[in-house]
Amino acid sequence: MDKTFLVILGMAVVTYLPRALPLVVLSKARLPEGFVRWLGFIPASVLAALLAPELFLQNGQPALGPENYKLLAALPCFFVAVGTKNMLLTVLVGVAVATILYVWF
Amino acid sequence: MLTKAGTEVGGRVVPWREFVQGAGKALPIVLGYVPIGIAYGVLAREAGLDLRTATAMSVLVYAGASQFIAAGMFGAGAGGVSIVLTTLLVNLRHALFSSSLAPRMARFSAGTAALVGTGITDETFAVASAEPAAQAHHPMFYYGLNLTSYAAWVLGSFLGAVLGPFLGRVADLPLDFALAAMFIYLLVVQVRSREVAATAFLAGALSLFLAAGCHTRWNVVLASVIAATVGAGCERWIKRSW
Repeated sequence: MDKTFLVILGMAVVTYLPRALPLVVLSKARLPEGFVRWLGFIPASVLAALLAPELFLQNGQPALGPENYKLLAALPCFFVAVGTKNMLLTVLVGVAVATILYVWF
Repeated sequence: MLTKAGTEVGGRVVPWREFVQGAGKALPIVLGYVPIGIAYGVLAREAGLDLRTATAMSVLVYAGASQFIAAGMFGAGAGGVSIVLTTLLVNLRHALFSSSLAPRMARFSAGTAALVGTGITDETFAVASAEPAAQAHHPMFYYGLNLTSYAAWVLGSFLGAVLGPFLGRVADLPLDFALAAMFIYLLVVQVRSREVAATAFLAGALSLFLAAGCHTRWNVVLASVIAATVGAGCERWIKRSW
């Protein structure tokens, strides 16, 4: 077996364990109520933490002007999401606007 | 035997409807994973990985950000141990997602939970946690969601690794914005109260600060943990004082 493949196997192991272990252990445990409430705040926090750098940074630098096409494309996405509550439509509008802005500028 | 609810296997009914529902929720993820997978495949080939190795990484590791980094490290001739350790650091955030989903799977066997866990990514977690907590899903829902997303990632990677040299500028189009758009939608749906809105705002600001100011890859984990702690703490404090 060649070395590159061994490294990939190692990557697979260290990626799988954090994915599955908490699920296996914590789904069986009786969690304190405070911890469950804390976990309830995690999804929205994670979404915002993933989104903010994606939308507001370009090449690691803050970019708030019209040259940042992702930030511009985020606006129609937001309004479509609030107005229609339709995930697929939000995604299609987002990709279309982002592509048009990217090709245009 | 085929019943209205599903196929009967060994005395138990397999609800395919749940599988199809989960697969349907994965559709926006597919729109994002195919182009990003293609981008990964192109990059992995440019870094010197052959078709089999580039695809094997997607099949076995299935974690976008860490695969981009690993391909770059392979190309730069980095050592195996440092590649594995970097992968561990980048992918530790999944432990947070896994913990957050755990209360929904209290009735699953340990084996089922371990199998559902294989498919946790930023995106499948975001979609799964947007489902109402009161609605108890059958494991088939998660299998549908996870398998569809996984298939899109592997297929995209393979296509990118095969077609890389012929794609040219098409691979540059911002089709991966599908995932950002999906996150925007999910965030809009998740924000059900003022406390959650304030927590999300804090998490976003912290993450920005950590990513741009401190150049750390831990921005998502640190920002989420701090913001959720502040949010849960404030909620408790407000409920007590009223």
